[in-house]
Amino acid sequence: MSTVAVEPSPAAPREPTAPAALLRLDRATRVHGSGPTAVRALDAVSLEVAPGELVAVMGPSGSGKSTLLNLAGCLDTATDGAVVVGGVDVASLDARGRAALRRRHVGFVFQDFNLVPALTAAENVSLPRELDGLGARAARREALDALETVGLADLADRFPDDMSGGQRQRVAIARALVGPRRLLLADEPTGALDSVSGESVMRVLRDRVDAGAAGLLVTHDARHAAWADRTVFLKDGRLVDSTGRPAQADDLLAAAPRTPQEGER
Amino acid sequence: MSIRQAMLALLDTGPMHGYQLRQEFEGRTGGTWPLNIGQAYTTLQRLQRDGLVEPLPSTSSDEPERFQLTDSGRTEARAWWHAPVERGAPARDELAIKLALAVTLPGVDVEAIVRVQRTESMRALQDYTRLKRRGPDRTAGGVPDGSGHESPDTGGSDLAWTLVLDALIFQTEAEMRWLDHVEGRVLAARTTARRTPPSTGQTSAAAATGSHATPTPTPTPRKARR
Repeated sequence: MSTVAVEPSPAAPREPTAPAALLRLDRATRVHGSGPTAVRALDAVSLEVAPGELVAVMGPSGSGKSTLLNLAGCLDTATDGAVVVGGVDVASLDARGRAALRRRHVGFVFQDFNLVPALTAAENVSLPRELDGLGARAARREALDALETVGLADLADRFPDDMSGGQRQRVAIARALVGPRRLLLADEPTGALDSVSGESVMRVLRDRVDAGAAGLLVTHDARHAAWADRTVFLKDGRLVDSTGRPAQADDLLAAAPRTPQEGER
Repeated sequence: MSIRQAMLALLDTGPMHGYQLRQEFEGRTGGTWPLNIGQAYTTLQRLQRDGLVEPLPSTSSDEPERFQLTDSGRTEARAWWHAPVERGAPARDELAIKLALAVTLPGVDVEAIVRVQRTESMRALQDYTRLKRRGPDRTAGGVPDGSGHESPDTGGSDLAWTLVLDALIFQTEAEMRWLDHVEGRVLAARTTARRTPPSTGQTSAAAATGSHATPTPTPTPRKARR
């Protein structure tokens, strides 16, 4: 009955003018343990996220989504391959250097918001800037700007408990991208929200990305993943599929799971 | 059936001619299901035959004939709002048929089918979502149907446009969830089959997963390699 045909996805070949990726994984691998009991939580995953780009990651539980986020957020380091954040190879840094890199570039958004309940929206958002060493007044100014970008300027002095789930998550997005931070790592940001609030959060997240942030979104919800420019599918730690640009075909071939026929017997 | 009911519902707001009905229908459904003018008039003829609409005495000869509801037409139009939509027999679903055959015929890679389909469904979902982000674009005629057909400017029907688009989005999402479920079930069936001793397990493994055309030694479970 339906004759709907949507316009084809705009072809997005890797143009030389495309902004440099804020996040780049080059065959990034994370192995836990060693020997026969080793678990490859992430297996040679290659991925780039540039400013203005939102990439969604889908896959069943245990497929490596969290590992991928932890590597991208410099919370964990790859055992093989490279993770490059803001042009810096994370492996070249010690723990202190990774923390500094994370503070400069990365903001996290979680399913359960992780706001400090005793602080107002503006205080929650200015907190990371104060920890960066900014004065309270300047930090508040930046926080108010950030809240404005997520449409919450008028709720700046409200406490999280007096806000809806969708509003809290928008505060969390403002906090994630306050100051110089441009790499937004979102772990099931709509998981605790109803369908309409979830959509409003995706709209804000998309807006911030369109305004120049680079976003990596882990979600179980295909409807929300569809707000991304492309979706990659993880399975058993490998990137098995992508709705993305043709340039990625090589990565896919390289990452294709081996069939049982290849040396399995 | 839905066109017929939709026309009755529209005529319940006042008399209209065929072209107007078509315009109203398309405008209120975001141009998602284009209606050709022939279809509009054929439906009107049938409604007239069934005594549900009647032509309005025309006031001038150059005006197209307008139709209004008869009493029984009005009753039927209003009954539609109160009754749930009948599901009827499930429509033939190529994907469901394909996967039903894939899991029962030998030598078919079910997981590959699921993967390819899921990526395709995700692309469709992205396309729908991109449309939604852009909002109803009246100059482009709402939801494009690929035929260059333009739906009329109706204003005020943005909500209808969005909701029709949402219906497509939720349907596609449901398909993806089902694909995940199929994948999970196939993997679970294979795991069960592997735990069964080969002498009794191979036939059921082949039947359950459909991926092993010939009986094979039980392959090393993928996890064990990690």
